[in-house]
Formats: sequence, structure tokens, C-alpha cells
Amino acid sequence: MTAEMTMTDIRFLAPETLDDAISAYAAAQGAARILAGGTDLLVQMRNGVARPGVIIDIKGIGELTDIAEGADGSFTLGAAVSGAVLGEHPRFGTVWPGVLEAINLIGSTQVQGRASAGGNLCNASPAGDSVPAMVAAGAVVTVQGPKGRRQLAVEAFPAGPGRTNLAPGEIVVSFTLPPRPPGSGDAYLRMIPRTEMDIAVVGVGVNLTLADGVVTAARVGLGAVAPTVLLVADAGRALVGSRLEDAAVDAAAAACRAACNPIDDKRGTIAYRVRAAGVLLRRSVAIAAERAGRN
Amino acid sequence: MSKLHVTTTINGEEVEFLCTPAQTVLDVLRNTLGLTGSKEGCGTGDCGACSITLDGRLVCSCLVLAPEIRGRKVGTIEGMAQGDRLHPLQQKFLEMAALQCGICTPGFLIAARSLLEQNPDPSETEVRYWLAGNLCRCTGYDKIVRAVLETAADMRGAA
Amino acid sequence: MNAIDNKWIGQRTIRPDGADKVTGRAGYSADNAMPGMIWAKILRSPHAHANIRGIDTAKAAALPGVKAVVTARDITEFPVDTPVMLGIQDMRWMSRNVMAREKALFHGHPVAAVAAISEEIAAEACRLIEVEYEVLPHVIEIEDAIRPDAPLLHDFLRHEGKPSNIASTMVNKLGDIEAGFASADVIIERSFKTRPVHQGYIEPQACTVSCTADGKVTIWSSSQGQFMVRAMTALLTGIPQSSIRAIPAEIGGGFGAKTVIYLEPIAVLLSRKSGRPVKMVMSRDEVFRATGPTSGSMSTVKIGAKKDGTIVAAQGTFHIQAGCLPGGPVRGPVGCSFAPYEIANVLSVGYDVVSNRSKVTAYRAPGAPLGAYATETVIDELAETLGIDPLELRLKNSAGKGTKAAYGAVFGDVTFKETIQAIRNHPHYAAPLDRAPAKGVRRGRGVASGFWYNAGGESSAQLNITEDGNVTVTTGHPDVGGSRASIANVAAELLGIDHSRVSVLIGDTSSIGFSNLTGGSRVTFASAMVVTQSAEKVITQLRERAAKIWKIEPEAVAWSDGEARPAGANAGQFPPLTLKELAAKANEMGGPIGAGVQLTTTGADPGFATHVVDVEVDEELGIIRVLRYTAAQDVGRALHPDYVEGQIQGGVVQGIGWALSEEYLYDKQGRLDNASFLDYRMPVCSDVPMIEPVVLELPNPKHPQGVRGAGEAPLVPPLAAISNAVYDALGKRFYSLPMSPPKVMEVLGG
Repeated sequence: MTAEMTMTDIRFLAPETLDDAISAYAAAQGAARILAGGTDLLVQMRNGVARPGVIIDIKGIGELTDIAEGADGSFTLGAAVSGAVLGEHPRFGTVWPGVLEAINLIGSTQVQGRASAGGNLCNASPAGDSVPAMVAAGAVVTVQGPKGRRQLAVEAFPAGPGRTNLAPGEIVVSFTLPPRPPGSGDAYLRMIPRTEMDIAVVGVGVNLTLADGVVTAARVGLGAVAPTVLLVADAGRALVGSRLEDAAVDAAAAACRAACNPIDDKRGTIAYRVRAAGVLLRRSVAIAAERAGRN
Repeated sequence: MSKLHVTTTINGEEVEFLCTPAQTVLDVLRNTLGLTGSKEGCGTGDCGACSITLDGRLVCSCLVLAPEIRGRKVGTIEGMAQGDRLHPLQQKFLEMAALQCGICTPGFLIAARSLLEQNPDPSETEVRYWLAGNLCRCTGYDKIVRAVLETAADMRGAA
Repeated sequence: MNAIDNKWIGQRTIRPDGADKVTGRAGYSADNAMPGMIWAKILRSPHAHANIRGIDTAKAAALPGVKAVVTARDITEFPVDTPVMLGIQDMRWMSRNVMAREKALFHGHPVAAVAAISEEIAAEACRLIEVEYEVLPHVIEIEDAIRPDAPLLHDFLRHEGKPSNIASTMVNKLGDIEAGFASADVIIERSFKTRPVHQGYIEPQACTVSCTADGKVTIWSSSQGQFMVRAMTALLTGIPQSSIRAIPAEIGGGFGAKTVIYLEPIAVLLSRKSGRPVKMVMSRDEVFRATGPTSGSMSTVKIGAKKDGTIVAAQGTFHIQAGCLPGGPVRGPVGCSFAPYEIANVLSVGYDVVSNRSKVTAYRAPGAPLGAYATETVIDELAETLGIDPLELRLKNSAGKGTKAAYGAVFGDVTFKETIQAIRNHPHYAAPLDRAPAKGVRRGRGVASGFWYNAGGESSAQLNITEDGNVTVTTGHPDVGGSRASIANVAAELLGIDHSRVSVLIGDTSSIGFSNLTGGSRVTFASAMVVTQSAEKVITQLRERAAKIWKIEPEAVAWSDGEARPAGANAGQFPPLTLKELAAKANEMGGPIGAGVQLTTTGADPGFATHVVDVEVDEELGIIRVLRYTAAQDVGRALHPDYVEGQIQGGVVQGIGWALSEEYLYDKQGRLDNASFLDYRMPVCSDVPMIEPVVLELPNPKHPQGVRGAGEAPLVPPLAAISNAVYDALGKRFYSLPMSPPKVMEVLGG
């Protein structure tokens, strides 16, 4: 948008099919922005950070607003499903309590009425709350563009602060969360100075599967401590095979600290973030393990 | 470019307006429709003073684009009382002095009504977290939380 | 006045402005529109410090839809060498704050303004204004600003004969400070830092202004004083006050910050140039960047005591941020810090320090919390060192009748002791505290006290009897927190009528006499006084009317329960005459009934508060939460208890934010880095517990209802009370605010 243009030059589209959305998005050649909940986009427009020529509201498209539980126990979650709607789903929160908590931590009750996991991922903030939990869950994101549909792991989606690995013209369609083996549990904790209404200073998602008290699978997602949300494979490895003894959990916490590559900013210092990452790992593991024990 | 024509329902009445695609619902409510009860404290979804319901769901009207409300149902503070009868929350806010300057009050009332519709018997903690997106700088929240809890009790008693 | 006999004073009546506020109908600053109205926007400096070499507005003025452009050239210039005072505000600085003149002094300093047919065009026109800046080195923090080699903001400021960023010095002295310390058994000296915090009102500054061809101006805006708006606008535009009508909109919070103006004179000048009404509304970003906040500080406090706890000497040095132009609240810490205590030897010195930040404005008990933070922390350490309970140490040294304060007052019946006793006797202070409820979790309890001067000053009221025998009261003070409700209680009580028959309104500058700002805990004190005198005059009129009807002496008529009754020898001789009956006969018996009083009120008595707080600290993450809070304060008389409690509860939560999470953060270029509610971090509903107010009512003998004032004192003790509680929990002291999690972990050695 050039300086001479005003807000009235923007076009608003509300396609009813994914194909229409993708054609319109591609046709705009980078000048369009996708509107899901709008809780990031409208703030960016107000601040002048985003000046889209076309706004494409995707909330009228079924696949982007559905929540579906597969026969195998997997979940497919439309990219534009709001946190509030997901919270009302009768099953999702019992299967993936950590992912739901993470999504429900995005903003206030009001923001929850609009904000979506798809938007949170596309905003590509290293501090996005849903992302570490999705990474821990092993969620796969489905994207579609003019060249067709593809899937990628959530941790492979962000490219840097505010940047994604979406190809030109691609939009996020849905998340797929894998079936849950028995003995599984997940958790997400973030550190914020207040109790609400803050951006994570550190966020840790943990997903565990236990059999007879032994960890058989573990994934750890770490947010707000590096340019992108991280999958901390070393932390998962430290837990697998253990009975979550102190030594194993300490090793996983150390792996989280080692994975940190944070910055000093208005929300936290480097030293603080590194330390907090280890603390939150231990606390998240405890919650996830307790949940796993119940399943 | 010509403006968009939007037909919607606000507080039970069909309303038409013209807007630009990037105008927010809050802007239209306040500056086009003269419904100034929804307040702009920040314009970025951080204060809740512009809270409305959209198809019954609580949202910040500063974070909704005006064309998005086409064909939908909007509830604002102006529609909270039924005729000359205040909503029990409005009445309780008056009786318990749950407002000082009053600028945050419409947002708190809309948010609290939304809570009680979902959860008629909230704990103090549930009230506090539900209302965490509504900033008040005058009251320290004490009398607001008490008024919401008492209204809930009254409404349960009356139900 | 005997509280027990009161029917309305002290009752929790429904506020007169309540129904409008719960239905969204109340008209706040930004809620107004005028026919033909256009919108204005401000161009702000992108630099923290820069000479302005030139401003070219030609392209902006040529943009279609633009109706007027103004710069500092359009605003009255006040030479820097001659003070022009309006209350505590100096128009030399106000003029330069409203619009940068020679220099841009902070990032966000207004440089020009544009009015256009839409907000978008006005904003676009601002981008077309070409400003030639010569960027200068900037300075943000106090310690940097007072260095000998610091960049200087103003060549006209001198300190000890040399160019300096110290704009002025204030000294309060009592006794012989050196002899005092020489006689002490224990001396504790500590240094403290606090960050600027914003008042955080939810309503951004806004105004709608009309200037007509005949030069008559109407201003619709919210403020803490419509007469202040009129006077400052008059001075900054050169328009006489008689041509300006300032209408007080409902105010969405001020806390001191709306005792000055930012937009009104600019809007007036744009309206005059364009011939159109002009509306301006600040964004939240602009509010954080360019209004308020209150000062950050750098303080050193030294206190000496005998072994028995008698404080013999106290010394304070307070560097207070003024922002970019002189005028920080130095009087707050210098005067208030030691005022609660009877101390023979005091030296309290304050410095007003300028730096490249927005000019500070008042914030509840301006400056006093900064001083109390330092003093009350040192007193806590002193109590521990001496092995004396911290409340007992305060009681032992508390000021009483006849105490001479270093700021000059000799106290009358002050009530500091009573607030300490109220906390000492409160179940909270004795309640068991589980100090280590879980691994890595510690709890602690802290206390602190505070002082505020309170104030009187100019106030006007008009009380009229309507033709149908009801009552309207008009005052000149914006109602920030329920003062109309208090006034309605007073008028109903004095006239002996039902509360519902009284309506209370705030007059505009053309309909009521001069009334000073709503601030300093003065409004209920002052307006209750003038309303009381107005009511007394009206009652005299009513008695005279009845006497005339009954053909007896007015002295033989009593006013009771809303009616005139024959008294003394005439008692029972005539049926009483109600207010309604007297109003119905008003015309034939001498004309309309009503009275106004305009007065400079005196007799304000200081306010004291003592608080106790329990905190919980997460030792692994450094997060501090307030678990329980009890605040005792003597308010003299609570005309409406709800709104007195509300003042205390709200003030305490502001203090919690100040202590734990709020701060102004700047980047290396001197730009504010957290100009949003998201990153400024005011307490939200889930951050705080219920706040228990303990309202003491020890009447001020110099006020008709005994009022002292309520709004300032609650914000004075919390910073130290919370800091002392954190020490109690962790065994480590904090000497700077906020106690943010990274800072807590640093202190814990994590």
C-alpha cells in the first residue's frame, strides 16, 4: 500500500470455500492478509505494521472452523477455530488438556472469543502460547496453496520472529493431532509476571506417554527463548526410558536451558529466561505425568 | 472505493450502515451509529472497555471488523436493560458501588453477563479470571467482583 | 454532627450519576459530536532530543480534506525567564509541553497538528509535514542526567551556578541534623530507586471544541477541573476566559493526570483556523508516550534512633524526575516522608531533575509514595535492628498534637496513632501465616504507613429549591469517584428530605463560580463545606418565608425533617409547612429560593494511613503475589462509605502495580518501549485479592461534617508495605521497584 492510499482502498472478502479463498489470496500477490480471529491482524493494522490491500475472512469456510475426532482417536482442528469454541468441545480438552490450556491462555476471555491456533501459528511470534504445546503434541499442520496441499510438522512452520515457511499463496487449513496411546498426558505452562493478559516470557509444553511408570515417548516444546518455538529433542530423549526420577527430569531441564537462545527485552532477561525454562520443564513434566497416570 | 453496506442486528433491532472494510465494529458503533456506550480504552484488545457480544459470544469490538458482523447478532451495553428495567447486574453495580469513574463499567457489565450465562455459580477465582481482560483503575476490582458474585447468587435464588 | 442521628450522611445511597453509567449513556470526553465536526491529529517527534530547525507544512495543508494546520508558532510564547503560574503549573513549561517550540524534548513530543475531514486524512497529512531536526544526545535516567557531562536539556537551567539538568532544589529542615545523628545509637542509611509509573486511567484524553467566527469557544472535555481547562486554554491561545465555556464531560479516571491539558488549546486553534468544530482523541499509545506519568526517583534515607526506639534524626535526599520540563512533585517526598513521626532533627532535600521523558503530572499524593517507600523501608530495618515490633516503633515515634513537622506545620488533632492501632488490633496482623506452604514458596507479612497533607482551596456551589419543592445542587468540581453521591447525602441530610429529591450536577465554567481542581483529596472536603453553607442559607430563607406566612419572627421558626415548624412559644400553633408548600408559595412570598456560596475553604487536616499485607513468593520464578491486604485510614468522616472504601481499595491496587509490575521502559534511542496496556502491566482482576479497608472516622473539627479527605493517602504506604513483606518472606531486601521476577531472581542469586 502506498502512502497516498487510505484505508478505504482495502477490499474485504468472505469466501465460502477454501478454493475461493486460495484463488483470492494468490490473486492479491502478497497484498492480502488472512483474517481468522483478527486479534493480531487488527492490532497490526491499527499500529500501521500491516496495511493489507485485501482482507480475506476465512471463518465462513467449513474445513477451517471444524473440530473432528477421527476413528483412530486423532483430532483435526480447523485453523480458524476460536479458543472459546475449542474449550466447549466435549472431548478435545479431555484428550489434549495441555494443548487446550495453551490455546486458552492466548489473551483475555474476549480474545478467546476470536483468537485461533492457526492465527497464533501464523503470527509466528516465538512467544505464541499454543505453539509449544502443539509441538509437544506432535501436531501436523495442513496448508494449501495454488500448488496444492501439503503437511508439515508444527515445529517446521515458523522461520523466525514474524516469519513462516508458508510458500507464497499458501494458507493454513488445519492441525492434526495424532491418536493418543493409553498412559498419555500433556501440559503447558508459561511464565508471565501477572496472572493474565501477558505475553509469555517462557513457555513449555510437555507430552508424555508412560507404560508401567516408564516413559515410552516424550516431546518437549519450548517458547519465547529463541527466534522460533523449539522442539527440544534432547529433553524428550532425557525423559524416555526413565521413571521420571530427579536425575532424568534434571537432565531434561538442563536440555531446555541449553536449547535457549533468548534475548534481553522488555519482557525478560536472558538469564531469567534460561533459568525459568528449566523450572517450567520440571513443573510441566509433573502435570503431564499426573495426567498420563489417569489415562 | 465505495463503502460496504452491512445489515446486522444490534440489541435485537435490524440496523444498516456503511463502512470501510478496515473499520472496526467499535468505530461503527461509536461514530456511525451513535452507540457510545462501548468505550475505546486502547483499541488493541487489552482493556475490555469495548466489550460486546457477537452471536452471544464475548468479544472486544475493537478487534472485530465491521463487515464481519453482516447478518449476525450484536449485543451492546445499550441493550442490556429491558425497557426501564435494569439488568440485575446493572442494578447490583449501582447498589454495591461497583463503579467509580464508570468508563470501564459497560465493558465489565457485558463481560459479567456473559460469564453468568455460561456459569451461574462462579467462584471468586473464576470471576476474577473471566474478567481479567477488563481493566479498571479506580476500584481495585473488589466491589466489582463482589457485585458479580452477589448478582449470581440472587439470580440463582430467583431461578 | 452526631453520626447516629444521621439519616443520609454515612449511608450507602445510590449515586446520582449511576444509572447513566451502567446503561452506557454517560457522556465522557470522546462521546461527544458537534454538527460539521472535523478530526485532528498530532504529529509527534520521533526523536528523544532534537533541535527543530524548521517545519514545512505546505504539503500537508495542500492535501484535499485538510482544513487547518498549527505549530508552536500559533501558541502563546512565554519567555523562559518569567514564571507564569497557574496553581502549581508554570505556563512557560505548559506551553512548551503542549507543542515543542525550540526543541523536541522527548519521543512523542507534539510538533504540529492537523485538522481534516476524517481521522485518516488528518493522519496522512501529519506524515506529509516535513520537520528538519538536528538530533541531540539524549538522557533518560536520573543518574545520567545529573552527571557533570550529561546532555543538557535547557541552557537556562542552573544548579549551584552551573548549567544543569537540576531545575530546582527544595529543603525542609528541623533542629540540628548532625547533633541528632551524633546522639543516635543506631543509624541506618539506604538508597532506593523507583521507575516512573503511569496513572493508567482507562479514558484517553479527548476533546471536542468549537470556536465560532465571533471568537466564542466551547470546549467539551473531561478533566479534573473545567476551570483549569478554561484558564490554561485562555493563556495558551490568548482568548479571554469570558469567551471560553468549558463543559466538564464525565471523566474516565484521572488520578492527578488530568489536572493539566494537552489537546484543548490545539483544538481551539485548529477550530479557529478552520471555522469548524474539531474533535481530538488520543490513542492509548499517545497516552503512555506523551501524558503523565509520575516521576521515577532516586532517594537516600538515613535514620538514627536510640536503643529504646526513639528516632532522633532523619535525613532524606530525593532526586525526582520532572520529565522534559521542570515541575516534578518534589514537595511530596520532601514534606511527607518524615511527617508521620515526631523527629527533632530532620533534613529533607529534594531535586527536580529534567530528562528526555514526557513531562510528569500528578499521581495521587504526588511524590509522597516515593518518599514513603524509602522511609518506611528504613524504619522496617530499624525495627528489626532494634528488636522492636515495626508497628510499636511507629507508635512510639508517631506525630501527635503539637508535633512540628519539618515542612512547617504544627499538627492539631492528628490521628496517625489510631491508624497504627487499627492495624495492630486487626485480626489480619495477628493471623497465623504459613511461611513455607510448599517447596519453593515463601510467604511474608509487611507493614508501612503514609501521610498526605490534604487540601482545601476554592470551591463554589449553588443550591436551588425547584418550583415543585425539590432540590438541585450544582458544584464546580468534576466527580472522579463518587463525590456527587456524597454531596447528595449532605444536602438531603441538612434539608431533612428524602435523598431521591436531591439532584447534583457539575456546572460548566459559565454556570458556576470558580472551583479549583478535583485533586489532593480536597473535593469532598471543600464541596461539602460550600454545599453546607448554601444549604444553611436556604434553610434561613425557608424559615423566613414560614415566619412571614405565620406572621411570627424567623427566630421562632425551626427547620426540621424537611419542614418549617413553629418553635418556642409558638410551638404547635401552626401546622408545619413542608418544602413543597413553601416552594409553591415562593413567588408570592419573596421570589425564588436558592443560595450560592463561593469560598476559599480552609481547615484541611492531614490524612494518615497504615497498611498490612501478606505476600507469597515463588522462589524459583521470582513471582510475587499479594494474598491479603488490609488498609486503615482516618478519613475524618465518610459521607458515603462505599466511595471512601473504593478510594482505598483502588489506591492500594495501584500501589500493588507500582511495587510489582508497572514501569516505564526505554530503548537505547530514548523511545518508550512499552506504550501499551499489554506491556505496561497494570494489575488485572485475577492479580489481586479483596482489599479490606478499615475506615476510621475521627472527625476533623474544622469541617462541618468532619471530613479530612480520602483519595491520596491509600497510595502512600503500599510500596514499602509490599517490599517489607517480601523481605519478611525471603530475608532479602529490595531497594528498587518494581520487584519484577527477573529482579527477584537476581536478588535471590538465581
